Amino acid sequence: MLNEPFSIGNSFIHRTDPRLRLISAFVYSIVVAVLYGFPSLIASVGFSFALVRVAGLNGKAVLKRLALINGFVLLFWLILPFTAGGNILYSLGPLNIYETGVFLALQITLKSNAIIMAFIALVSTMNFSTLGHALNSLRLPQKFVFLFVLTYRYIFVIEQEYKKIWRSIKVRGFFPKTTIHCYKTYAYMIGMIFVKASARADRVYRAMLCRGFDGSFYTLAEYPSSGKNRLFLCLIFFCTFSIIFLEIVFHG
Amino acid sequence: MGNSMTTDPIIHLNGIWYSYPGEQPVLKNLDFQVFKGDRIGLLAPNGSGKTTLFHVIMGLLPIAEGSIRIFGRKIESEKDFVWVRRKIGLLFQDADDQLFSPTVLDDVAFGPLNMGKSKKEALAVSRRVLSFLGLSSFEDRITFKLSGGEKKLVSLATILSMDPEVLLLDEPLNGLDNKTRTKLMDILKTIGVSYVVISHDIDFLIDATDSIYTLKDGRIEKDTTVYVHSHDHAHMMGHVPHQHE
Repeated sequence: MLNEPFSIGNSFIHRTDPRLRLISAFVYSIVVAVLYGFPSLIASVGFSFALVRVAGLNGKAVLKRLALINGFVLLFWLILPFTAGGNILYSLGPLNIYETGVFLALQITLKSNAIIMAFIALVSTMNFSTLGHALNSLRLPQKFVFLFVLTYRYIFVIEQEYKKIWRSIKVRGFFPKTTIHCYKTYAYMIGMIFVKASARADRVYRAMLCRGFDGSFYTLAEYPSSGKNRLFLCLIFFCTFSIIFLEIVFHG
Repeated sequence: MGNSMTTDPIIHLNGIWYSYPGEQPVLKNLDFQVFKGDRIGLLAPNGSGKTTLFHVIMGLLPIAEGSIRIFGRKIESEKDFVWVRRKIGLLFQDADDQLFSPTVLDDVAFGPLNMGKSKKEALAVSRRVLSFLGLSSFEDRITFKLSGGEKKLVSLATILSMDPEVLLLDEPLNGLDNKTRTKLMDILKTIGVSYVVISHDIDFLIDATDSIYTLKDGRIEKDTTVYVHSHDHAHMMGHVPHQHE
């Protein structure tokens, strides 16, 4: 079933109004995405890390998610330093490592980690119905919210179907090899995942209909407008502006 | 058992035809009536259309022909079915299909919130239902970490919290151990609403229902005669002389 390990908790961030968290994550990630200077980038990674700490999330689980993103980032490291051109930093036989390439790759690494950590701390700390509710109340079109939330919801279903099929393949002694049998098995598996996931999605949707679901989301969580919300907003804005300030001073 | 002379049936299906796309009809000119206070069992082979029948009543599958009346009201559009779903609770065969919120309380409150209840009311009714089912300590449990039996009971709670007047139970005993079975039976006996239950368990049906129907060739057939007979059974220490309750 739905696995939202980060949504369970009672930290300062968990108790902050989800709308504020969404807006903050959105604004903050735009700011981080356009940074160039290393002082501001490092500061933003530090700030995002602090957010994860404040949310009191399981460090191991967060690292696991970051590893996933950094797998993609690794691709940049394999290409950019060797192809960017400009000043040569180091020569490795026939390969040249370029300064601009290394800087670019480093920037991408810092940016993506800062943004992902901020989203983990701010957005994945709410469960899916709260997220839907927050998006609704920010006056996003209902159809869009519905699409978004259910996509998010059913990704877990697909994962679960994958695990089920994979288990049944494994217990029957399957071992991946470069054979047509192996490719066929993979093809069947992928096909079956979608067939099964779609059938299950259908059933879950029917169950939701039976319980009066009409496209709107409600949440049981209470987010009274309190001083804490204002404190959160002040903190986020202070840090975002500090990062912008660093950027202007060192890279202006 | 209902009294058709004085009261209208609460569920009244007439001449229902349904077929899955590209397949032979499953329900063929089916008639079905449920009266207030009825406790009906449906016992029929796999694939005979029992689940389909339930989904047709809830408006989850569009019928090709026929008429549906619920509490005397003619049901035609999706809007009518939205109203039906507040009156009739469907317990799905697979509890995993029914539970999708992270915590038990969230899931049980989902229906009441959709029905327009305030947060406070939804919480109150959810807690009441959970305590009725003996699940008070489950409120903050994570739904996907519950055991099979617990999932089934919580699924029942998500339906009861909408205060339905009729229950459609699709193989509620599937995969339950004896203890949970007994618990579910006790709940059904004390619940005080009408229900139709699909089951392959004849002992359960004899105990929990007043009449047993079957589905044959896409139509409902009454089969209320119970034949007393004996059959073999197996359990540990069976060779020692013993008695059953």
